[in-house]
Amino acid sequence: MEQPTPKESWNTRFGVILAVTGSAVGLGNFLRFPGQAAQNGGGLFMIPYLIAFVIVGIPLAWSEWALGRYGGRMGYNSAPGIFRKVLCSKNGSYVGMLGTVMPVLIYTYYVLVEALCLYYAWHFLTGTIPALGDSVEAVGGFFVQSLGLGSNGALFSAEGAPFLGFVFFCFLLNFFLIYRGINQGIEKFCLYAMPLLVVCAFIVLARVLTLPAVDGRSITDGLGFMWNPAAEGDSILATLANPEVWVAATGQIFFSLSVGFGLILTYASYLKKDDDVALSSLTSVAGNGFCEVVLGGLIALPAAFIFLGPVFLSDPENIGTFSLGFVTLPNVFNQMPAGQFFGFLFFFLLFLSAVTSSLSMLQPAIALLEEGLGITRKPSVAILGFVTLVGTLFIAYFSAGATALDTVDFWMANFFIFIFATVQTLIFGWVIGAKKGYEELCAGAEIKIPRWIMPMIQIVSPAYLLIIFGFWSVGRLPERIQGMFNPPEGEPPVILMSVGFILIVISFFAFVIARANQRWPDPQQEPRS
Amino acid sequence: MTAAGWIVFLVAVLGMTGLLVWCVFKVVSTPGSEDHLHSPADIDTHDT
Repeated sequence: MEQPTPKESWNTRFGVILAVTGSAVGLGNFLRFPGQAAQNGGGLFMIPYLIAFVIVGIPLAWSEWALGRYGGRMGYNSAPGIFRKVLCSKNGSYVGMLGTVMPVLIYTYYVLVEALCLYYAWHFLTGTIPALGDSVEAVGGFFVQSLGLGSNGALFSAEGAPFLGFVFFCFLLNFFLIYRGINQGIEKFCLYAMPLLVVCAFIVLARVLTLPAVDGRSITDGLGFMWNPAAEGDSILATLANPEVWVAATGQIFFSLSVGFGLILTYASYLKKDDDVALSSLTSVAGNGFCEVVLGGLIALPAAFIFLGPVFLSDPENIGTFSLGFVTLPNVFNQMPAGQFFGFLFFFLLFLSAVTSSLSMLQPAIALLEEGLGITRKPSVAILGFVTLVGTLFIAYFSAGATALDTVDFWMANFFIFIFATVQTLIFGWVIGAKKGYEELCAGAEIKIPRWIMPMIQIVSPAYLLIIFGFWSVGRLPERIQGMFNPPEGEPPVILMSVGFILIVISFFAFVIARANQRWPDPQQEPRS
Repeated sequence: MTAAGWIVFLVAVLGMTGLLVWCVFKVVSTPGSEDHLHSPADIDTHDT
């Protein structure tokens, strides 16, 4: 048998590094992270973020990969199927339902952000955004008009139609790729596109670090806003007592590492027993953390501080989930040499990364529809296409202040994700158990996993999640729920309607799972795993 | 930037960079890693 030459082997390993690190890079790092940091006190956000990275991010990534691979060997690819088998109970499938619902609901608004990246790339290419110059108000106005943030239904008017066209294009593109089963092709292409995104981000970083001061605000002040753990005169402990900051930081870890909402569970279920999950997931987590902290943390927020100032950033009305990156980054591009080219490249590469993320969000639901209803891929894609189209149109129509988008993002990426991540950690730690769980993690592992990881997964991670989630729920949830029933005067109850939509999607998947439970063999009759 | 800001900055940046460098080193130096490491981008979900 012909042995591969060392050069071929190195090239393959280089491809592996690109695959495992590149797959993690995307909108969460460059657009969502700075928005979350700005909304939660800048530097203050970094302490819970780093703690959550170690206590929750790494253990959860390992346990989700291992649990998914374990479930796949038992014959299931969807979270409901895997949980049903692991819990050895029919009702276990309902426990796993969130692992399908969350990616679908996140997709409904994510496709808008994906379209916005392409829209920005197009308008950089054609010179519309560069023509706005260095005026924050002008770029901000472009952003508000693009997403129709001014009023409900704005995207369905003549002014909003161009962006809505991009949304439909992206929606159709995603479903065309997944319907034709050629998503692997675009994902392989992105293996090489994502490093280019990182190179592009380094060039932008160089420009941000050399920006001139605006109104007396220098880059050092901007870095201070991003990294100082407490404002002057405040104690660090007092500022860290806010559970909202901890929830947002942990939610960001989940979102950007793509853990805690069922994606990895489904993908890992297709692995073989001797495939590594330990080094693969750790490298992915590390690549993501590097891009988020080193690139995401040094670009958008320091630049936003210089251009917009601390007063603007301290007002939550001004900074939505993704808006910071779409307002400040174009300003940076507009003030750098060849900014039109780099602006186009950056947003186009972000668009590509968003396509791969969108496709991966659809996979868990497709796996459930296929194995739960016994239908083939194409009808599964058609059903999912209908459900997500309704959701995307709903969020696109109720665009005023991005209320519908923020509501779905809040309940998915800040609320349900905590519940599902905690349940998943407890199932891996206690149902599969310390001994078997550790063996499962170590199977095929290319690195030695420390033994203390199991007490971490069994006790520390769930305790951390339950404590901060408990404090946050007691303090903030009543206010959120009250907000549902008290819309601004004369406005439709968009928050309540968004929650209603979430419940409809949950009901739909509960119905699918009920049908699946009739088809799947009794878990107590199946040989125990 | 305050002293505390510099500490958070250095811990975060050096920690993340160090972890990534260590992982890349392990991937490159482990024989056969190219056959066993995976990401969602290269996992075959039997789509075709």
